[in-house]
Amino acid sequence: MAAPKKGRRPTGAQGRPGRSLAIILIAMVALTAGMFLTKQTTPRLGIDLAGGTSITLKAKSEPGKPDAINETNMNTAIGIIERRVNGLGVSEAEVQKQGRDHIIVNIPKGTNEQQARDQVGTTAQLYFRPVLATAEGAPAAPEANPSGSPSAAPSGSGSPSASAATPSSSATSQGRAVSEALKAPNAPSPSPSASGSKKADDKATPSTSPSAPSADQAAAADLQAKFAALNCSDEAQRTAVTKNVKPEDPTLACGKRDGVWYKWVLGPAQVNGQDVKDAKGIIDPQRGMWIVTMQFTDKGADKFAKITGELAAKQAPQNQFAIVLDGEVISDPSVSQALTGGNAEISGGFNQQSAQDLGNMLSYGALPLSFQEDSVTTVSAALGGEQLKAGLIAGAIGLALVVIYLLAYYRGLAFVAIISLIVSGILTYTIMALLGKGIGFALNLPAVCGAIVAIGITADSFIVYFERIRDEIREGRTLRPAVERAWPRARRTILVSDFVSFLAAAVLFIVTVGKVQGFAFTLGLTTLLDVVVVFLFTKPVMTLLARTNFFASGHPWSGLDPKRLGAKPPLRRSRRTGSDATAATVSVPVDAKEA
Amino acid sequence: MSKLGDLGAKLYRGEVGYDFVGKRFVWYGVSILITITAIVALAVQGLNMGIEFKGGAVFTTPKTSISETQAREDAEEASGHDAVVQKLGTGGLRIQISDLDTDAAADVKAKLAAGFKIDAGQINADLVGPSWGEQIANKAWTGLGVFMVLVVIYLAIAFEWRMAIAALIALIHDLTITVGVYALVGFEVTPGTVIGLLTILGYSLYDTVVVFDGLKEGSKDITKQTRWTYSEVANRSINGTLVRSINTTVVALLPVGALLFIGGGFLGAGMLNDISLSLFVGLAAGAYSSIFIATPLVVDLKEREPAMKALKKRVLAKRASAEARGESPEDAGTEGAPEVVAQGRSGRRR
Repeated sequence: MAAPKKGRRPTGAQGRPGRSLAIILIAMVALTAGMFLTKQTTPRLGIDLAGGTSITLKAKSEPGKPDAINETNMNTAIGIIERRVNGLGVSEAEVQKQGRDHIIVNIPKGTNEQQARDQVGTTAQLYFRPVLATAEGAPAAPEANPSGSPSAAPSGSGSPSASAATPSSSATSQGRAVSEALKAPNAPSPSPSASGSKKADDKATPSTSPSAPSADQAAAADLQAKFAALNCSDEAQRTAVTKNVKPEDPTLACGKRDGVWYKWVLGPAQVNGQDVKDAKGIIDPQRGMWIVTMQFTDKGADKFAKITGELAAKQAPQNQFAIVLDGEVISDPSVSQALTGGNAEISGGFNQQSAQDLGNMLSYGALPLSFQEDSVTTVSAALGGEQLKAGLIAGAIGLALVVIYLLAYYRGLAFVAIISLIVSGILTYTIMALLGKGIGFALNLPAVCGAIVAIGITADSFIVYFERIRDEIREGRTLRPAVERAWPRARRTILVSDFVSFLAAAVLFIVTVGKVQGFAFTLGLTTLLDVVVVFLFTKPVMTLLARTNFFASGHPWSGLDPKRLGAKPPLRRSRRTGSDATAATVSVPVDAKEA
Repeated sequence: MSKLGDLGAKLYRGEVGYDFVGKRFVWYGVSILITITAIVALAVQGLNMGIEFKGGAVFTTPKTSISETQAREDAEEASGHDAVVQKLGTGGLRIQISDLDTDAAADVKAKLAAGFKIDAGQINADLVGPSWGEQIANKAWTGLGVFMVLVVIYLAIAFEWRMAIAALIALIHDLTITVGVYALVGFEVTPGTVIGLLTILGYSLYDTVVVFDGLKEGSKDITKQTRWTYSEVANRSINGTLVRSINTTVVALLPVGALLFIGGGFLGAGMLNDISLSLFVGLAAGAYSSIFIATPLVVDLKEREPAMKALKKRVLAKRASAEARGESPEDAGTEGAPEVVAQGRSGRRR
């Protein structure tokens, strides 16, 4: 055997093929077990293959704004809904415009339909409203007092016992800069009668004087009574409270944090969702904490500076504003100074999830129109059963052809390739099945086709390696050194080319949305698995097989028969070392021509 | 198969080989011709964009016993466009047909009503906008651009800028051909097509990278010998990786071909055709361009380098002098070898 140069010897996998194989076997068993334990034995199929639910939304024409339903607004709404329903971008939902004022949202089977419906249509309006009063929204023992009496407890003075236990944990979820009012619900909460003293007047926040007499006293008293009676833990009441609320009117609102409902009396909306240009949940590198940054439009910046200026001068909880998404309070940060310049941040008690959620809601919550559900119906697969069947039959035939070709060309080696493909297939399938539940990954027909192409990419890795081994054998090496020498070079080729594939997938995933993103995800996943399988399965198996007589002796059916491969007689090579070295450097074999 | 095995051995030893690099201008010509055809087809015919891009009309029928397949056939016949048919929870059908305006939609509606034997008044017709809005298409383009920039940077680092440029040209070549075939054949462009096209993106470069990797290794220390010019080494490299290129292309094309010809042709699966056609053309073009276009382009760029020019001069001079002494050119090279033997890499080739 020709002495390999030092530094050329591969490390790792070579010495311990058993360990690599054990790792991949454990991974396969674990994934399969996980699949059966979670009862997700099939990948979730996209709407084109499995059908799903179709929701038709109709834009509501709002009084006084006859032109609101126009092409631009509809397209903005479609874009926002698209991002909402696709979440991570792998759930394959489709959004399209129908007629002048309808939007169709198609959601694949297996999606949480209710959640999707909530996301697409109803969470339509985002407002920033000043907080006038707040209290815990649910009675201490809701089950004991379902309706009547509990409403009395939270009416401004806070509920007695249970409230003391809950508030401290509030900081961990929906963060707020300060929510002292909530932490000590029985402290400040002024009488809500203050509320709408100057309703419909955008410039002024409502009077803070609790009992200020005004023209709207009746309305205010009405609001106070409602606030006292409101039980936010009751869904019907929550729905009722958000119904027919005009932005310019004071209102009641509920909001939930840490599983506890709170309620608010809120002033007229000062800033609305369209004033928010962008919002993001990011980590502040200096303080090492999660914050939400907001960027306002020019108009929004002016309005925001005004409201924060007014709020900063007030006392808790009236120095807070509530961010209200479709009638529900999603955050109520306090204000310590006027925020000018169009940028603001909300900090305090966020974790990654809550910061990013709030960021998303702020930036995507700003639908320019409000919608109502026109119809919700199930739809069958657009491609129909016979097309999927045709695809699967064709795929199976194609795969069979690949197997025949590999067997004919690589003989014994083909089994290594085929088993590697099977391993790769099992890993891909189980991971896809698990991700269906995990991140809403849905497999559509293009993705299935992509997976079929992935067979080519995966097989390519084996072919690169096998050809290298055969080249080494042609050099006159026996199998064991050939397998080891071929590996480092094949490995480099595989890594470089897989990196290109992965780069394509990663870029597409980051910069695109919808179906392309789902496809990019599939491509990236299969590329990664290709590397895993080649490193942890194919190479170790080759190392082991090189020890068997069948392969090592170059059996005619092993695919590694030196004679058939036209291996150089070792004797001759040692004689002509000099010329060989030249050839080696420029990769130009010469011996045959010299004969 | 032993024949092919022999071929592999002969290719490896350089006994046989096609002069890819020497005949490159022929292949450049072929590619330019195909590209021009593609561009002309694109300009004249344009692409037949599907309902996802253009929008169209959607018809909703009341509960009916007509099968989805039957409805699709009727709808395609009535309109002359691809149709997407879904069964609704109500038992009715939703039929989407691309590229219809209000007038055409009314016409199709009447035909559908006649075909389904229901009253036209019961069929609800509405125009739908594209589900693949400009926004998504634009983002796909952005992705393409960002990817190209990144991959050029990566290839320039991993290999060299000449190879990066050549790979990029080959990639654009593949995409142009694929899009051109779509314009020629007139298949509808669906999101599936775009996704097929994006798959080609990765695969075409993957193929090119494997060939370049062989070339990089083959041309290492090339200036330390006087036997071969860069273009000769490049040609040997292509021939050396030819078996791999053929095998991987065959293995990739077999399943896609099955999808295209068996799935699409025999069983008449419309959407499979769209995807597998773009994949088939793209994969074939990708394999072709890595061998016939990308590597020769690298040679063209590389041989402009002074070092390579000097090498070529030295090699030719050596051959001329060997010729004068009546030796074969190959032996002339052997004489130039000893300086490299010092590396002691006996027997190592690739």
